[in-house]
Amino acid sequence: MSKTIIIRKGLDIKLLGEAEKVKSGVDFASDFVIKATDFHGLTPKLVVKIGDKVKAGTVLFFDKNRESIKFTSPVSGEITDIVRGEKRKILQLNIRATTETQYEDFGVKDAGKLNADEVKNHMLTGGVWPFVKMRPIDVIANPSDKPKAIFISAFDSSPLAPDYDYVLHGENAAFQAGITALSKLAPKVHLTVNGAGAPDAVFANAKDCQINKITGKHPAGNVGTQIHHIDPINKGEFVWTVNAQDVVIIGRLFLTGKFDASRVIALAGSEVKAPKYYKVTLGTPVKKLLADALKDGQNRIISGNVLTGDQISADGHLGFYHNQITVIPEGAEPKFLMTKGWMEPGFGKFSTNRSYFSWLMPGKKYRMDTNLNGEIRNFVVTGEMEKVFPFDIYPMQLIKSVMYKDLDLMEKLGIYEVAPEDFALCEFVCTSKIDIQDVIRKGLDEVYTECM
Amino acid sequence: MKAIEKMMRKMEPDHHGKWAKFHPVWDGFFTFLFTPGETTKKGSHIRDGIDLKRTMFVVVMALIPCLLFGIYNTGHWHYVAVSGNFDLPYWDQIGDKIIYGALQVLPLVIVSYGVGLGVEFAFAIKNGHPIQEGFLVTGMLIPLIVPADVPLWMVAFATVFAVVLAKEVFGGTGMNVVNVALTARAFLFFSYPTMMSGDKVWMSGLSDVANSPEGFTGATPLGELATMATNEPIYSSIDAFSAKWSVWNSMMGYIPGSVGETSFIMIMLGAALLLYTGIASWKIIFSFFAGGLAIGYLLNATAVNGYMELDPVHHIMLGGFAFGAVFMATDPVTAAQTSTGKYIYGFLAGAMAIVIRVLNPAFPEGVMMAILLMNVLAPLIDHYVIQSNIKRRMKRLKTA
Repeated sequence: MSKTIIIRKGLDIKLLGEAEKVKSGVDFASDFVIKATDFHGLTPKLVVKIGDKVKAGTVLFFDKNRESIKFTSPVSGEITDIVRGEKRKILQLNIRATTETQYEDFGVKDAGKLNADEVKNHMLTGGVWPFVKMRPIDVIANPSDKPKAIFISAFDSSPLAPDYDYVLHGENAAFQAGITALSKLAPKVHLTVNGAGAPDAVFANAKDCQINKITGKHPAGNVGTQIHHIDPINKGEFVWTVNAQDVVIIGRLFLTGKFDASRVIALAGSEVKAPKYYKVTLGTPVKKLLADALKDGQNRIISGNVLTGDQISADGHLGFYHNQITVIPEGAEPKFLMTKGWMEPGFGKFSTNRSYFSWLMPGKKYRMDTNLNGEIRNFVVTGEMEKVFPFDIYPMQLIKSVMYKDLDLMEKLGIYEVAPEDFALCEFVCTSKIDIQDVIRKGLDEVYTECM
Repeated sequence: MKAIEKMMRKMEPDHHGKWAKFHPVWDGFFTFLFTPGETTKKGSHIRDGIDLKRTMFVVVMALIPCLLFGIYNTGHWHYVAVSGNFDLPYWDQIGDKIIYGALQVLPLVIVSYGVGLGVEFAFAIKNGHPIQEGFLVTGMLIPLIVPADVPLWMVAFATVFAVVLAKEVFGGTGMNVVNVALTARAFLFFSYPTMMSGDKVWMSGLSDVANSPEGFTGATPLGELATMATNEPIYSSIDAFSAKWSVWNSMMGYIPGSVGETSFIMIMLGAALLLYTGIASWKIIFSFFAGGLAIGYLLNATAVNGYMELDPVHHIMLGGFAFGAVFMATDPVTAAQTSTGKYIYGFLAGAMAIVIRVLNPAFPEGVMMAILLMNVLAPLIDHYVIQSNIKRRMKRLKTA
């Protein structure tokens, strides 16, 4: 156990609607969806067609460029639709689930006794490989790469995030099996826990990994922050990351031989009447979850958290990598300058600087809407991003280098170490309202096509 | 509010109609009245409450104390000039002074805003981009850094020059290299030196007074100090200077000078607002003063003439030093952008300002030059700061 890493920069955005620690089930829903768009940069190659019967674990499609990476069905049932977009690009597969889930049997395996290739093959055929992402670029890992380490964050510090200590409590066996499997793939597995409190036994007793402690404001829980402070990525190196909940899904594959993609998600946000936790399966429709659960008004439903999640409709589905559904009010109403706009005193307006009087109430929790709170401008204000960006990287200079596509400079300024989610807070505080995560994603794409 | 919004919507020019070109103008007014209902699409779904308008609004608020004091101070020195009585009590004839000062200063503000915003709107229409907020602050800064007597047409000229050549040609707010307000002042300073320096312009109305009493001069403390470094000093020693212009007077601002720059106290009020809200960089302000004081003490230690003996604390309260530190050097667009760079930039600018003042008697005041010079050098400072970050990363690669 190494010493605690203290993150001094960052920002905790206090929002209303934190999920109460109650797990509820949800009525059986039948129309599950796997969105190919959840996997950035993927060109899917279909294996199934409409009308095919699948079991949980049956391959739906694979990656055209890396054929060993397979995507499997989270439930058993029938393929009802394949939704395509422009140029017949596959957007999503709809699956009508049967009430009784049937699983493909991949065979029970003891990860501790397998070698790296066997673990890898088992994960690839079982459909859990897409849970492993790589840095740089922040896409699904290349099975052929040799990562220098695998990083797992044992907590999520983003606003209204689910509490992993609560969510994974009691999953010790599956979590440990997952860690053991991953430990075969890289020289080192780093499990980083929140140093502010005592982590749950599921993390504290984990073996086959190095446990690190980190404390501080968001983004201390982001795996990118942890990598940067524990073992930063240099050019030519790879680090893999897996979400803690997904480690459990990987573990279950080894323990039971089944692809059991159930997870506990938080339904949170100021517009949820009774925010709490739900046990659902990947690709679950949110419709039943949200029925009668929301307050009136125009709401935005987000799969994921408010900083990095995807906007979905009321008929939408839980994203592949998401552990929460957040509902906040839309803010499409123009705001008059004196009452709600830029000249108001601003007692209820959250801001990192103190130009609004909300600094008088430091403990207040906010009901924030999706209004941009201003217009898009050129960069003017400097120094604000540095306050919330705990990397030894110059955020604004990196963003600008991406904007004018200077690959050489991007590399030098540290593009290999970052993922769009690391810039979520920069985007939040930006006075000029620039979509920074989008810019960084474009930069990473550029690097991927040009340099890798 | 709904009624106003409805009215505005009615006036919105159609994007295909004959008034389409003027959409930015309408947009400028609409977004002034209403923060638009535009929402986030992806990425961060919530955004900080601040926008550029609020930022600029806070800076304008911070300038108000300087403006109000400047109005009164202009009135005071006008009555000193016409009466020829240098020792006229400061807080006397308050009403008269305010009225005179307001009549002298407010037209400057109106002309500066009117002309500057006119140019901004013209460019917005021509280029089809939205009106950007940068000029809200520039328009207030320009009247505060010129003598109250400067003719309005000159202010108009200088504003047009600065907005077009210092800002719009580079792409508007956020793209400029040098501070726009200081460019306006530099334009006036070099084009109409008789209206921007000497001993006739600093007391409003002095040039109209036919016969001043024997020994009466309208020079600023800095103008008088500049003579100390020449062969014809007007004071026998620096103590004689301090007897006439005490530290107290320059701290309160009871001295002649450009409209808004004289009162250290009022500037510090503005600085307090800017620093507390987090709008201005304390690093720049702090290091600017540190640079000025450091050079001041260095000159004290190596003094060969009376000017070099001036107390550095007195130095930074004279002229535009504090105003430059708080409102000019901190302009985020033209200052250094990296954290370390801000310290270096501020320190050098402050140091340079005092160096120009003391060692170059041709320019009694050096703050404007110093900041403009450092504006140009800021990218270079940033470059080296960033290079050190890059080197650190390269080193890690090698050891790994």
